[in-house]
Amino acid sequence: MAAIEPMEQFLVHKLVQIPPIPVPGIGLLDMSITNSVAFMVVGAVLISLFFLVSAKRALVPGRMQALAEMLFGMVDTTLTAGIIGERGRPFLPFVFTLFLLIATLNLMGLAPGGFAVTSQLAVTAALAVMTFAIVLIVGFARNGLGFFKLFLPPGMPLAVAVPMIFIELISFLVRPLTLAMRLFGNMLGGHVVTYMFASFVIGLGLFGLQGGLASLGFVGSAVSFLVIVALLALEFVVAFLQAFVFAALTCVYLNEVVNLDHGH
Amino acid sequence: MDNITAAKYIGAGLAMTGLIGAGAGLGILFGNYLQAAIRNPSAAAGERVWLFLGMALAESMGIFGLVMGFVILFVKV
Repeated sequence: MAAIEPMEQFLVHKLVQIPPIPVPGIGLLDMSITNSVAFMVVGAVLISLFFLVSAKRALVPGRMQALAEMLFGMVDTTLTAGIIGERGRPFLPFVFTLFLLIATLNLMGLAPGGFAVTSQLAVTAALAVMTFAIVLIVGFARNGLGFFKLFLPPGMPLAVAVPMIFIELISFLVRPLTLAMRLFGNMLGGHVVTYMFASFVIGLGLFGLQGGLASLGFVGSAVSFLVIVALLALEFVVAFLQAFVFAALTCVYLNEVVNLDHGH
Repeated sequence: MDNITAAKYIGAGLAMTGLIGAGAGLGILFGNYLQAAIRNPSAAAGERVWLFLGMALAESMGIFGLVMGFVILFVKV
């Protein structure tokens, strides 16, 4: 009987072995094509195909163009313009790319045989570090040293302000960590729970084969199957929701540094 | 079952108690949103972004606990 290994689905293994390339300053880079890389490429190809199919200029939009316009309108109105305001327009391409990329990668993990790229902490950490770096660069470029006013909420007596600065600093520095962990944890948890219920379906089914009173195992197996259906519906919602939340939090952090002089 | 595996299972179970707070926080959040939305339905749609943001932030605390549970259970030491 095969062992129940919920973590085996997240293993990254090489599909095409490419000899390591020496890079000066970093050392040896292993550029082998792994299953994670392959699915990222598939995701990029899917998004590019979506653009090619939907980026028409028809006055009366077809279905794909209407979908693309809805997505664009949502990111523009609700996220950048809604959260950041007028100064948020330059960040629209970045936020839209983040949203589409995370949504596509999340959804690809739900397909049968698909590998959830965003369930790898390395991938989500890279996206989170990119967001954090952009927030820092924009903050210092726009505000100079006035960037540090972010940590001092206005109008506070000195005795309260000094610990507040430390608290604000720590909660600012932990942002990339929470961004990465939120997406990673959601995807990991969803896939592990789905695996566990799938193992119940098979395990209880095999148990029910023994006949007699153990035939109740088939009932348990059917119930577990229905739970998997409900879980996958939830996972579809979570896939889009986590992409939206990542993009929205990016906009919130950008709003803090971009509108620093307007008051929080 | 040796002591390490038993300790791992106990540790993972204890880590799951962190989800109590997440559940309570999410209930409070959505309850307040529903209460306000029924009082002022026209203003409810405008705040939906912050509802989802608050939901993600509150849920992520529980997710951190879940990830710690997985780390305790599955990381081979």
